[in-house]
Amino acid sequence: MPALAPRQGVAVTLPGPADFTAWRQAARGLVAADIRPEQAEWVVAGELPGLLAEAPAPPPSGAPFSVPRAFLDQAEIAIRHSDPERFALLYGLLWRLVHGERHLMQAATDPAVIRLGALAKAVRRDAHKMHAFVRFREVQAEDGPRHIAWFEPDHHIEEAEADFFLRRFAALRWSIVTPRRSVSWDGTALQFGPGGRRADVPPDGAPGDRYEPLWRAYYASIFNPARLKPGAMRAEMPRKYWRNLPEAAEIPRLMAEAPRRVAEMMERAAAAPNPRPQLARYLAPGQLSAPPHVVRDMPTPIDPPTDSTLALAALREELLSRPDLPDFAARATQPVFGEGPVGARLMFVGEQPGDEEDIAGRPFVGPAGRLLDRALAQAGVDRREAYLTNAVKHFKYTPTGKRRIHQSPDAGDITYYRPFLAREVAAVAPRLVVSLGASALTALTGKKLPVLKTRGQVVTALGGQPVFATIHPSYLLRLPDQQAQADGFAAFVADLRAASEQA
Amino acid sequence: MELLRKLEILADAAKYDASCASSGTSKRNSLKGGLGSTEGSGICHAYAPDGRCISLLKLLLTNACVFDCAYCINRASSNTPRARFTVEEVVQLTLGFYRRNTIEGLFLSSGIIRSPDYTMEQVVRVARVLRLEHGFRGYIHLKTIPDAAPELLAEAGLYADRLSINMELPTVAGLESLAPEKDFRRIRHAMAGLRTRIEGAQDEAKTARRAKAQKFAPAGQSTQMIVGADGADDGAILGTATDLYAGYRMRRVYYSAYSPIPDASRLLPPVAPPLVREHRLYQADWLLRFYGFSQAEIMAGGQGGMLDLELDPKTAWALQSRQDFPVDLNSAPREALLRVPGLGAKTVDRLIAARRHTRLRAADLGRLRVSLAKVLPFVVLADHVPRGLDGAGLRQRLLPATAFAAAARPIQMSLF
Repeated sequence: MPALAPRQGVAVTLPGPADFTAWRQAARGLVAADIRPEQAEWVVAGELPGLLAEAPAPPPSGAPFSVPRAFLDQAEIAIRHSDPERFALLYGLLWRLVHGERHLMQAATDPAVIRLGALAKAVRRDAHKMHAFVRFREVQAEDGPRHIAWFEPDHHIEEAEADFFLRRFAALRWSIVTPRRSVSWDGTALQFGPGGRRADVPPDGAPGDRYEPLWRAYYASIFNPARLKPGAMRAEMPRKYWRNLPEAAEIPRLMAEAPRRVAEMMERAAAAPNPRPQLARYLAPGQLSAPPHVVRDMPTPIDPPTDSTLALAALREELLSRPDLPDFAARATQPVFGEGPVGARLMFVGEQPGDEEDIAGRPFVGPAGRLLDRALAQAGVDRREAYLTNAVKHFKYTPTGKRRIHQSPDAGDITYYRPFLAREVAAVAPRLVVSLGASALTALTGKKLPVLKTRGQVVTALGGQPVFATIHPSYLLRLPDQQAQADGFAAFVADLRAASEQA
Repeated sequence: MELLRKLEILADAAKYDASCASSGTSKRNSLKGGLGSTEGSGICHAYAPDGRCISLLKLLLTNACVFDCAYCINRASSNTPRARFTVEEVVQLTLGFYRRNTIEGLFLSSGIIRSPDYTMEQVVRVARVLRLEHGFRGYIHLKTIPDAAPELLAEAGLYADRLSINMELPTVAGLESLAPEKDFRRIRHAMAGLRTRIEGAQDEAKTARRAKAQKFAPAGQSTQMIVGADGADDGAILGTATDLYAGYRMRRVYYSAYSPIPDASRLLPPVAPPLVREHRLYQADWLLRFYGFSQAEIMAGGQGGMLDLELDPKTAWALQSRQDFPVDLNSAPREALLRVPGLGAKTVDRLIAARRHTRLRAADLGRLRVSLAKVLPFVVLADHVPRGLDGAGLRQRLLPATAFAAAARPIQMSLF
């Protein structure tokens, strides 16, 4: 128990209605002096005096204390609320926080905590509406234009929100007048003064501001009469703000005319097309590529092109226009073709493009591709001299939130793309094909061979070409620990080197 | 033509684009010169009687257009009056409105005239003049033309906070029948290009030394799909939306109920806009992005590829997934709480904080302003065990008695 006998009560006078620093200092003193919440009375200087006679601040008796940041953050906002009970609410919470309820702010269902949250929320909303609904009117003063606004906030937010308008309009000279306060910026300093009256500010339709009729015309034109939802409008822009919004004068007319305008649109039969439509004659040829030519039935070429480069181009063209692509192909950005010189010594075949390949339209540019690049470099193989492609040419995925998760191609997918791959291999005519992973191996050989047992061996593709089997680099990305990854990478490099030597 | 008349025509022509976001861009102010600021959260400066927010000055540079998209008031064969702003007119309107605090910035789009490059160049020029000649620090959203040259897109991203390409119709078939000049694949290709540039700039900002990184559309890209113009069902719309979110990192996909236009095409006679359907799609979109639902789960709550119009999609899903309920609010993990009808993400976080210190009771939910009628049938609390979870009458009990729901029941929507 403190040495001091409990007093009847203590009245604290704060210098302003939203002066958090002063409240905090006073509250600290009260807690230190062990003044219980019901004994404290809070008065704002200049407002009605309280019932208790003002007493000098009692001497502190307690130890210094700290309160959670969560309380201070909320309290600093909530103190701007116009509710006269706000100071007492804050002090009540402070008292509980330092008397055994240190975790009070997490008690989301405590009535006082809920009340604090509600006050802070109302203040934030009021501030947000002030940012939104202040309307400056430009007036010409002797020394140039000034921007003046009349606004009626619900709470004591003028000083706190002045900075917002300063950050936005530092280049202008402006004043915002409210019933309780006025704020001015003259280009060098913010000045706060007493409140004013609406008559201090030029009224709606005052001559000289040519943007006001333009703004009202914009407001009326952007409204869609076929979507009349006045309740939704009033929820966000309550009537109390309308008298200070010049555009709100349009609302009754817009609402009254809406049903007739919609009825007219509905009744009018679709009009004949404009006999003089907008002409496309200025469009430069080639700027709008023609819709892709769809080949209804894809015959197997009887006389396949003999030139390899032409053969690859024909393959590419066919893949863009085939009408029978699997469903997932339509959800990809683009087919991803092979890349590299015709006649390359080595041809690498992976499984299918991934997210980054689908976006870039190039094979092996994602995480697995970067790993392959590193391994190729270590094995002494120049990527630019090799031909790289995939067994399946479109990205197959499952969307989850912000990512597309790779979905392995099934046997049907591999079978569908196999003729393309076979023709690609034939056109490139490498000395050795390197299959990366199980899907590539199946696609090339037509058999389900186990990769880990087959790796390092040369098997035969359906078309007769020699195929060197190894793992897919993405396998390394999935290995659990660093040591396994390092070992796996070394073995992969060794495979690539062996393949390069055999080619 | 008088400026006021042009403004009327070119704002009217722009109103079918639902996007009005001005949030999520880099923070800027004009303390060291220029005009304007952006501070993270967007601001809606007014609301029209259609309930839509007015945050940006939404304009077309011109409504002349060589494309003939059936759903569009500005299509080449439409009889609508045409107008065209000069670059300077748009710049002055933007600055004039901004100084009066009526807008957060500009959302500029355009009909396609002469060529995609010519049109895009004009659009980019407005943004360039605003940024470089007037030091405009407010928000700029530019509509991007998929066929425009890469250099123009690169410059657009330099000045714009957000870029967007509208998909408009969710399926290839829809685009082919109603928007013959648009191409599904070209649109996706252009979106992929934007993602590459946006992510490239983000990576550069992380690694480059301060202020050296080139900015590119810091508020990302968005798109819009029209609902009800073609035959696509909700499943197709949400399927395309999930692909666009995951593939191109869309910040937002907007859904715009096809609304009668003054000069309708013969392909699309005027009907009342499916506003309830649009609302359900937005709710489903939220479930996809913030509540861990998949498109398939959401569609399980509907029928025949369409969402339930009478119930919100989470409640509709819960009714089909009663084996997952009841959920004990005092012990279930966050993911399970997010799936309870009537509990939003914020409420879930407050419940999780509160249950560390107390056993939650029905009265606690009431104090958090949760709709008890919606939540209680699906949850267990210290003093509550739900009854009738398996009963046939549960759906009937959950139907809201609001005017909105009433409007959903008999027909899609009439004016209310």
